[in-house]
Amino acid sequence: MSFLTLTSIQKSFGPVQVVKDFNMGIEKGEFVSFLGPSGCGKTTILRMIAGFETPSGGTIQIGGTSQENLKPNQRNIGMVFQAYALFPNMNVADNVAFGLKIAGKPKAEIDARVKEMLGLIKLDHLAERYPYQMSGGQQQRVALARALAPKPQVLLLDEPLSALDAKIRVSLREEIRMIQQQLGITTVFVTHDQEEALSISDRIVVMNAGRADQIGTPYEIYNRPSTRFVASFVGTLNLIEAKVVDPATNRITIGDQGITLREPLGAVRAGDTVSLALRPEAGSIAEGAKGDTALSGEVISSNFLGSVIRTRMKVGESVISFDMFNSPGLVPPAVGDVVTLRFTASDLLIIRE
Amino acid sequence: MPFVIFVTMFLILPTMNIIIGAFQTADGSFTFQNIIDLQNGTIPSSYWISVKISVASAALGCAIGFAMAAAVVFGAVPGWIKSPLLTFSGVASNFAGVPLAFAFLATFGPVGLVTLFLRNNFGIVLQRDLGFSILSFWGLTVTYLFFQIPLMILIIAPALEGLKKEWREAAEVLGATATQYWRMVAFPILFPSLLGTFALLFANAFGAVATAIALTGSSLNIVPIQLYAQIRGDVLGNPHLGYAMAFGMIVVTAVANIIYIWLRIRAERWLK
Amino acid sequence: MSIWARIAGWAALIFGLLYFFVPLGGLFEFSLKARRGVYSLDAYASVFADPQFQQTFGYSVIMALVTIVIGILIVVPTAYWVRLKMPWARPYVEFLTLMPLVIPAIVIVFGYIRLYNTSSWLPLTGSVMGTNILLAFGYTILALPYMYRAVDTGLRTIDVATLTEAAQSLGAGWATILGRVILPNVIPAVLSGAFLTFAIVIGEFTLAALLDRPAFGPYLQRVGANKAYEPFALSVIAFAITWGCLALIQLVSRFSKTAPRKA
Ligand SMILES: Nc1ncnc2c1ncn2[C@@H]1O[C@H](COP(=O)(O)OP(=O)(O)OP(=O)(O)O)[C@@H](O)[C@H]1O
Ligand SMILES: [Mg+2]
Repeated sequence: MSFLTLTSIQKSFGPVQVVKDFNMGIEKGEFVSFLGPSGCGKTTILRMIAGFETPSGGTIQIGGTSQENLKPNQRNIGMVFQAYALFPNMNVADNVAFGLKIAGKPKAEIDARVKEMLGLIKLDHLAERYPYQMSGGQQQRVALARALAPKPQVLLLDEPLSALDAKIRVSLREEIRMIQQQLGITTVFVTHDQEEALSISDRIVVMNAGRADQIGTPYEIYNRPSTRFVASFVGTLNLIEAKVVDPATNRITIGDQGITLREPLGAVRAGDTVSLALRPEAGSIAEGAKGDTALSGEVISSNFLGSVIRTRMKVGESVISFDMFNSPGLVPPAVGDVVTLRFTASDLLIIRE
Repeated sequence: MPFVIFVTMFLILPTMNIIIGAFQTADGSFTFQNIIDLQNGTIPSSYWISVKISVASAALGCAIGFAMAAAVVFGAVPGWIKSPLLTFSGVASNFAGVPLAFAFLATFGPVGLVTLFLRNNFGIVLQRDLGFSILSFWGLTVTYLFFQIPLMILIIAPALEGLKKEWREAAEVLGATATQYWRMVAFPILFPSLLGTFALLFANAFGAVATAIALTGSSLNIVPIQLYAQIRGDVLGNPHLGYAMAFGMIVVTAVANIIYIWLRIRAERWLK
Repeated sequence: MSIWARIAGWAALIFGLLYFFVPLGGLFEFSLKARRGVYSLDAYASVFADPQFQQTFGYSVIMALVTIVIGILIVVPTAYWVRLKMPWARPYVEFLTLMPLVIPAIVIVFGYIRLYNTSSWLPLTGSVMGTNILLAFGYTILALPYMYRAVDTGLRTIDVATLTEAAQSLGAGWATILGRVILPNVIPAVLSGAFLTFAIVIGEFTLAALLDRPAFGPYLQRVGANKAYEPFALSVIAFAITWGCLALIQLVSRFSKTAPRKA
């Protein structure tokens, strides 16, 4: 059994079922992200783990102990909120010390632990500051230290970075991950930013309307999305409509160009339509590019995005985007050019709902 | 600008005049004697009883108003009550004056509604058994509460609403009980607002004239009543002593208001 | 929310509501007791028959209206001008408008008596008309905090600068801009300020008594010292007027919130 186990969790607010049969086991020391669009129930699950909401059904266990009859203040959980939620009447050191004081720890131990925590978040020099005297990024680091100081069993973070600006968001998420690995603390991190989830998680749960659509490592989620929702929510993806020519040989056509898929098509008949997915970075139009499959089309737009150039071409009824890395010598294709995109047939994923 | 001239002529100059008068002798030379003379006769006792009434009505107003505001803000009672209660408080907080005095006379006076009710149904005579008279210290305090409580509700309700739900949850998840949360987080956050509102309520009661005069006539010797009598008939026998008394009133209400403003700025800085 | 918190909440609320409504009920009940043993409107009849009531009440109504007009004339152009041309002056003006809440009314009127007496440079208290004017000005000062706040809030919801430029480009002068463009747009705010002023002036006691003017407040106090039931009937009337005014404020502010502004 996993360290943190959620079994058949359900939650309804009145007639609305917000979480539907959610199951998951999280190992000790694991960093798991809940990723999903707004309103899909991420916060609700987090709040049930913390004890602020009572599940309408199912059980939550931490370290083998059912949490059912425990109030939030008995669960020994650390939590970081989107809006920092530092106590405005206390300075940084007192904020960090709060949980230890509540636990009745001796003063010397509290002081030592606060010092250690402030060192961990690299804010030793701001111990005397008050929250209103600090930037959002600093406040959120203090909130992290406050949550970690009493050595909680589980750390919960609810979109801790979304109130910060882009640069700090990246550096702080790396810091969070580093501290998490250093302490080996079991962590659940809620976000709706897929890049954030992909970059720092051991595993990702992609949520859709109260259910886990897919649970897997960032690599699996990105490269093997199991549903159309996951495929479209994580990363940019071309969704291509194809016609089945011969299910036995996995032969299909896109526009009028024939392709043989690696993956078995399954129970479809000739003439049916299937949805295929292709990542923009999967192919290349360079001379001598590798790949056993090719699609040709007319370029309809080409956008410079900094490190990459994203080009869109029309193949039959579908529009396919692909990326090229920018380099000084690169001449991007012009609108109207006909180009050939080469890729490996196994990069074409069949999306079954 | 007409506004500046108007305010100068009918607010600043008259006030300055009184303040200056407090430091003048009858022939216009400078003196501290008037201020020193405030220690004589009935004046100190009238300040003292004024301060006591103001403190009592401000403290009780704070306590009761806080409880009511908390009841609606934290959802102990249904949510729809909040808006009418706030509207009503806005009205009732402006209700000082002569009619208010009569309302309390009709209720707690010798033949008032509550007085008779208690006597006829429980055999309790307010004056005899509880030592309560509407014309006394407590009578005035109880009457002032009628506008003090609503004023407290009006000012403290937004402060209570400013307590973020996350603070409570953060404290809870760190192991704090509800009592610990209140003692270590919520109360310290509210403290400047509470104290500031107390100062405002104090000033509000200290300056109230009409209610006191209509209620007690001249039987209760509080500052506004004494000053009123002085203006009408120079009962102190020295006009400049009257100015000194008025000056003392300004000082008390000004100090209370400065405390209020200063604490309010502090509270807002925290909550930014 | 625990059951105890709920009970405590209800207890506080009910206690407070009793505190507000029992005195009002007591007042009303008492005002009906003029005739022994039965409820009657005798006290009201006697009040209405008193010519002094009609005089003082009429006097206070007129004073209230005059005060409102003076208030509008002083506050609206000031608030407008500060918003448009002198935003830096806002804190100072606001501070000035709040002063009447700090300085007790009795001190202000004391200053008037000293400053504008018969032997001073501006002997306002020397004549009846002069005293009336002084009283109206004093009332304007008392109402200033409420009036200014109401109008300033009203101005915030309209784009003063754009409206002014539009009117100027059509050739309007300052008086026209204020009277025909700005004022109609802040009418709801001005109205709520005006009703509050009305409620304050009608029952005001201190200023009128010390300036010795025959207003409703001092009359009420005098009757209270001499008669048994009439003052209570008068108080009911005063309360009714105050409540009426404040109900009108609610009505106006609700109306102006729901009606889309034509600007
Ligand atoms: N206390 C509540 N009462 C009623 N409905 C609620 C309550 N809390 C949440 N909901 C509803 O439950 C659904 C899921 O909410 P939740 O906060 O878990 O979403 P989320 O995934 O965290 O979204 P976001 O990314 O916007 O934070 C939403 O539709 C929300 O309106
Ligand atoms: Mg959320």
